[in-house]
Amino acid sequence: MFTQHRTRRLGMALTAMAAAAALTLTGCASGGDNGGGEGGGDADLSVTFLPKNLGNPYFDTSSAGGTEAVEEFGGEFAEVGPSEASPTSQVSFIQTAAQQGVGALVVSANDPEAICDALDEARDAGVKVVTFDSDTNPECRDLFINQATAEGIAKIQVDLIAEQIGGAGQIAILSASANATNQNAWIELMEEELAANHPDIELVETVYGDDDDQTSFDKTAALLQTYPELKGIVSPTTVGIAAAARYLSTSEYKGQVALTGLGTPNQMREYVEDGTVTAFALWNPADLGYLAAYAAKALIEGEITGEEGDTFEAGKLGDYEVGPDATVLLGDPYVFDAENIGDFDF
Amino acid sequence: MTATAPAPAPDTRTTRTYEAYSHSPWRRLLVNREAAIIGLLLAVIAVALAVVPNFDSPLTVTYLLRDIAPILLIALPMTLIIVTEEIDLSVASVVGLSSVMTGILTQAGWPFALAAVTAILVGTLAGVVNGFLITVVGLPSLAVTIGTLALFRGIAVGLLGTTAITEFPEFWTDLAKENIPGTPIPGIMIPFAVLAIGFAILLHFTPFGRSLYAIGLNTEAAAFSGVDVGRTKFLLFILSGTVAGFAGVYFTLLYSNARGDNATGMELQVIAAVLLGGVSIFGGRGALHGVIAGVLLIGTLGSALRLAGVTSDIINVITGVLLVLSVVSASLLAWLRRRRISAIGKKKGASAASPPSP
Repeated sequence: MFTQHRTRRLGMALTAMAAAAALTLTGCASGGDNGGGEGGGDADLSVTFLPKNLGNPYFDTSSAGGTEAVEEFGGEFAEVGPSEASPTSQVSFIQTAAQQGVGALVVSANDPEAICDALDEARDAGVKVVTFDSDTNPECRDLFINQATAEGIAKIQVDLIAEQIGGAGQIAILSASANATNQNAWIELMEEELAANHPDIELVETVYGDDDDQTSFDKTAALLQTYPELKGIVSPTTVGIAAAARYLSTSEYKGQVALTGLGTPNQMREYVEDGTVTAFALWNPADLGYLAAYAAKALIEGEITGEEGDTFEAGKLGDYEVGPDATVLLGDPYVFDAENIGDFDF
Repeated sequence: MTATAPAPAPDTRTTRTYEAYSHSPWRRLLVNREAAIIGLLLAVIAVALAVVPNFDSPLTVTYLLRDIAPILLIALPMTLIIVTEEIDLSVASVVGLSSVMTGILTQAGWPFALAAVTAILVGTLAGVVNGFLITVVGLPSLAVTIGTLALFRGIAVGLLGTTAITEFPEFWTDLAKENIPGTPIPGIMIPFAVLAIGFAILLHFTPFGRSLYAIGLNTEAAAFSGVDVGRTKFLLFILSGTVAGFAGVYFTLLYSNARGDNATGMELQVIAAVLLGGVSIFGGRGALHGVIAGVLLIGTLGSALRLAGVTSDIINVITGVLLVLSVVSASLLAWLRRRRISAIGKKKGASAASPPSP
């Protein structure tokens, strides 16, 4: 009997310890949040950012922009998110935001449809929903902050390559896969832009690197051998431009053949610094987050409702107008070159 | 193969106690692992209500139960399987496969109810494949279900590629999200309650259920006492596949989303909850109310911590620590008990050896 009592008591003790540990953790965690909740309640300007996943440099940059904006207008900033970008992983965070009754939720959607119902429920609970970077179906959100239009992306790349090769000569395009929707749309617009404004530039071939580093690398090598007169390559995909730059930087063509397209500063830094690449384009995620935060504020304060033609002021970025489908356009893509690449880390 | 029961010291004859009957009924009911988990669950709820802002809103209950419903459902047959010392790692892949089937058939113009029933039957079929390989061919369930985990997931992703089907009849998607009228409790809890009662009766109040414990404790002994071990396990895997198929249909409707990679990794959440609920991975031990409390505990803790602004990584750490603690405490207790018993056994043995001479 004695034995039994002892072990039982020990069992209870262990369970109690586990319980205590869990509770302490819960207690600590919530203690920190109380202040945040109250602050948000006073101003009603609590803005929660929900990126596709946490620990992604691109979204770290956009959230930094969001934080800056929210601090400027005196709101409460929070960032939550799943650790992996799966379609349904954002749902629980949206639900949590609805329960907390935050002023606005700024989301980059992992899936246009999967989080739709959750967003609708959050809106029913009074949360304003702004999407940025990746949109959901238009009826599930109040506003979408579009980083760039297809026309803008096509034009900036054509402008960059034209400038770099002196407005005349052969160029080629290194794209993602042959049926990539975005890239194909951009390439079509680039062809139109070339035909309209740069008749001396000849697009000799579009090759597909399938967004695979090695394939893109090999296709670049093949392009340069097939067209000895080639003066420039445009790669409207971040994987392609990095692989092409890697090939060019170690080949005899370095500095002879121009390369531009869409890339991220971290991938391209060494090639800009060693002179392989002069300039490339993308949008600035910090500005994107900044604008999204100001749009959220305008929605919370009822300054805009998402109607076409509504205007609002976004701090240092100036005034913006809501376009069709409740979309706000950030502006022209951002050009990264040796001058400014050091300011970015994504 | 079977869990080696703690080897009794050679002289335990005089000190052997019958664990299950050495206490009064109320103590047996209130002082055990299941009760500990339920107590911990209640404590977490109480603390969360007291200190976490917004935890007391009815939305919390709705969201919480809705999100963990697939895990709750699959945990029922998983408990039975683990009690027999087997495991089914393929459940999440079956959820994915069933989700994809629901999507493809709905897109092909089938009436939704028919598509859903077919998807559930596909789950049943997946269970038959598992059961056949494990009981008829005689392969270990760990190996078989690791294989079918990849196989079913592969078929699911292969059927739909990376696309998603998102168009479902509104009647059904609304139904999946509907609450029981007048309460914040989601409607999915009704089929869950029916299944839970069914499984509880099956496991705890039928000869079939007793035979599961017998198999888990000692397969040979169970076979010799007349239990058809193969048929029993076959049935369990079919049940598991079917319930996972049903969970897949629900998952699809809940997120209006049929994709090959739906519910990836859910098998580990299910198994973690089952083990937390006091089921022994070595078989022969566990009860359904503990398992349900285990699932609710993980869900509630996650929900409360998220509301308190804790990041998902930290929530994973806390859940992980809780699980490890629960397993360690069980092993530690067993080890301490063995030591105690053998120590006392020796003492008693020694005192028993000297006096009887007169």
